[in-house]
Amino acid sequence: MRGDRGFPVRTRFAAGPVVALMAVSALFLCPHAVPAQAQDEAAPTQAPPLAAPTSVTLRDAPDDRGGAVDVSWTLSADDTDGRVTSYTVYRSTSPDTGFVMAGTVAKGIGRFGDGGLPDRTPLYYKVAATDGATESLSPVAGPVMASPQWFYRGRLIVMIASLLFIFAVVGFVRAAKAGKDLFIRRLAGLDHMDDAVGRATEMGKPILFITGLSTISDVATIAGINILGEVAKKTAEYNTRLIVPCADPIVMAVEQEVVKQAYAKVGRPDGYSEDDVFYLTRSQFAYVAGVNGIMVRQRPATILYMGMFYAESLVMAETGSAIGAIQIAGTDAVTQLPFFITTCDYTLIGEELYAASAYLSREPVLLGGLKGQDAAKAAIGLFVVLGAITATLTALGVMPVDFIARIFANS
Amino acid sequence: MGLLEKFLQIDRRWIFLAIAIAVVVPFFLPMGLPVVVTKPVRDLYNAVDAIPPNSEPLFISVDYAPSTIPELDPMTLAVLRHAFSKDIRVVALTLDPAGYGLAERALESVAREYGKERNKDYVYLGFQPGIAAVVLGMGTDIKGVFPEDAYGTPLSEIPMMDGIRNYDQIPLLITMASSGVIEAWVIYAHQPYGARIGAGVTAVMATDYYPFLDTGQLVGLLGGMRGAAEYEELIKHPDAGVRGMDSQSVIHVLIIVLIVLGNIAYFGSKKRSQEAKEPAA
Amino acid sequence: MRRQFPLFLCFIAGVFMAVQYFIPHPSVQVWYERILDWLQTLLAFAFLIGTVSLVRLHYHKIRHKASDRGYSFVLFAGLALMLAFGFTNRSPGSRFDHMFQYVQVPIEGTMFSLLAFYIASAAFRAFRARTVEATLLLAAASVVMLGRVPIGDLIHRSIPWAANWILNVPNMASKRGIMIGVGLGMMATALKIMLGIERAWMGGTD
Repeated sequence: MRGDRGFPVRTRFAAGPVVALMAVSALFLCPHAVPAQAQDEAAPTQAPPLAAPTSVTLRDAPDDRGGAVDVSWTLSADDTDGRVTSYTVYRSTSPDTGFVMAGTVAKGIGRFGDGGLPDRTPLYYKVAATDGATESLSPVAGPVMASPQWFYRGRLIVMIASLLFIFAVVGFVRAAKAGKDLFIRRLAGLDHMDDAVGRATEMGKPILFITGLSTISDVATIAGINILGEVAKKTAEYNTRLIVPCADPIVMAVEQEVVKQAYAKVGRPDGYSEDDVFYLTRSQFAYVAGVNGIMVRQRPATILYMGMFYAESLVMAETGSAIGAIQIAGTDAVTQLPFFITTCDYTLIGEELYAASAYLSREPVLLGGLKGQDAAKAAIGLFVVLGAITATLTALGVMPVDFIARIFANS
Repeated sequence: MGLLEKFLQIDRRWIFLAIAIAVVVPFFLPMGLPVVVTKPVRDLYNAVDAIPPNSEPLFISVDYAPSTIPELDPMTLAVLRHAFSKDIRVVALTLDPAGYGLAERALESVAREYGKERNKDYVYLGFQPGIAAVVLGMGTDIKGVFPEDAYGTPLSEIPMMDGIRNYDQIPLLITMASSGVIEAWVIYAHQPYGARIGAGVTAVMATDYYPFLDTGQLVGLLGGMRGAAEYEELIKHPDAGVRGMDSQSVIHVLIIVLIVLGNIAYFGSKKRSQEAKEPAA
Repeated sequence: MRRQFPLFLCFIAGVFMAVQYFIPHPSVQVWYERILDWLQTLLAFAFLIGTVSLVRLHYHKIRHKASDRGYSFVLFAGLALMLAFGFTNRSPGSRFDHMFQYVQVPIEGTMFSLLAFYIASAAFRAFRARTVEATLLLAAASVVMLGRVPIGDLIHRSIPWAANWILNVPNMASKRGIMIGVGLGMMATALKIMLGIERAWMGGTD
């Protein structure tokens, strides 16, 4: 850990009258150590001085915004026998004077991160092993200078993987734009969306659309809003009421615009009612209470859950089941999937929700993006299998080095 | 309609009544079932225990709403009791507006138990909106995100917060969460800054975070009331977590019984209707 | 222009936020921190938008004498009361604190407790061993339910072991698979938003 602590250094000497003069001379010569001879003569039972830490190594902390230095050292020889209680690190801008305490670490730890330092300023360090009463100092090491870096080397693998992924997605999008036919398997939940909307229209009851409790920055919410746009077009065509209670004000603003545009697109702008796409509350179970109240009073024929859900999912879905509504759910919240599967007629699992906008619109560009994802997933699957094989072979001693693990070691 | 069919169509309110009895009765007739501690809980306990007394503080982020008090309050109180009993300083904050009162209440009640003083032994930073923004901001400058504590005292005037700049000075941060806030702590605090993160979650969410335990992104995990009971067992201070284990045990057994009975009734009724369709010999 | 400018802003902001992740230099990070400050400010204002929408909706319900307008009166009363108490005094022991501790907390706890009842009725109604996979699922669910409570330890010590194995091995493997897929889906959607392919967030599908 880096940081200044500012704790005062404490030292204590205990000596009888015979030793006092020798101890004073020792103090004058060497302020932080008691000579072994003086120790033996004065108090035969006094322990020998602590062994100092050695090989103090300094380096500018890598992959940071500057102001930090990493100090490491070889532990004191007395560390293992329990005499050393901690190490104190001292810092100065000069090799001879002006040392201040930079921090302390517990015994057994041979490194310290110092932070809050000025950049490009030569710094010197020394490390003391202490037993609480005495200190034993290493030689001074330095100079070292803290400086900022322009690139996180530890994230190189992430950057390469991200670029490859982007190329895959863009490549498939271009292929789709060029007219290549891209296959997507059937998604039952989305296929039955038309039937669900039709059912509500026939029964003269509204459709309730819930995009979950998360914010607009959640991809599941965006996926839900995409589906809302498609459903709103259908409800506009069939003149079926669409109720959309929202748990986030920004999501509400986006959903109002999406539904309004959908109604305008099919030539029914007068059919849109802003009061039907409204903010309910941010609070999880207050939202559930509100939605359940709408279900019990308005008795929608169709309920669609598309987005991010938490523990409230079962309370809503069970109430929907109790009023006899047809329910279609889609979420990437794996903990809520079992609840939706037991209570809803159809469920979209995980990324099937993200595929919805491509699936429903059949736009080549969106389909291309989906295939790019699949390509990336295949690549990851390949690395998982390879990694499992190399890890197993390395553990069995067949392979000397697990090169797959090494590639990802510092990312 | 046969008995099996009637049983299958039973009004769900009878089931609700059975559940209510299963929850309430063990509170009056405690069974004292033993609680076995699991590794994720022990790991979190050890991580808290390793913090030296009266030095860099333990951070606790109370990121849950009142609805999850029964599961998350007991674990928050248990961790606070552990910290204060060992003179570990505590800084509490919340990323959920509904968690503001809960954090304050938990902190003050346990502080009173152990005679701890505000701004000397613990600090309450309060709430800031914008989860990712707050977590990321704390990685550079905590005082930039929380310039004052929850009561208006500038952090620069609180001696306990001297030298606490960012995650480098935080030995451990535990988030008690009922939402996906934990991912924010892992993605925006652990990954870029190497912050040590522990978590307490509801039982339903706990399985979501086992992968994080395995990779070391979380140092430990408390899952639901069981997690709270295990932590109370470790600190030898049984409370709501341990008390709730009896009810939870009875309910789990009841649900298994309902599933079995439901399946017996379903298959029995299906067999009967198949037999009724077969022509008589 | 109305549609191009937000797309342009989105692209620039998205690219910057992606690129800054790889550059620790303070000259880049200082802009990143400024963006975070703006984000916090925007999110605080979002609460205002939501409240205005809520008040508008319920005002219309009262004005047009909707059948459920009684709830709207309750909402306005609660809103006014909490605002008044909150502006006066929010310290522990204040009326605001009491309303939170003794009204909101028990109500939310009550709603959450409905889960216990609903899971029992859902389990009774829907958990059927119709197929081999469903039977395996039920068996695993029973082992995990027993293993996660002390009664499982009492019945046999292998039950908690089996429950932990189910949670740590097959459960974690499947969760990891789904999480990888979800993560890639998030990246792809973010990429599509940045490149202007996905435009639902702007309120339109074209």
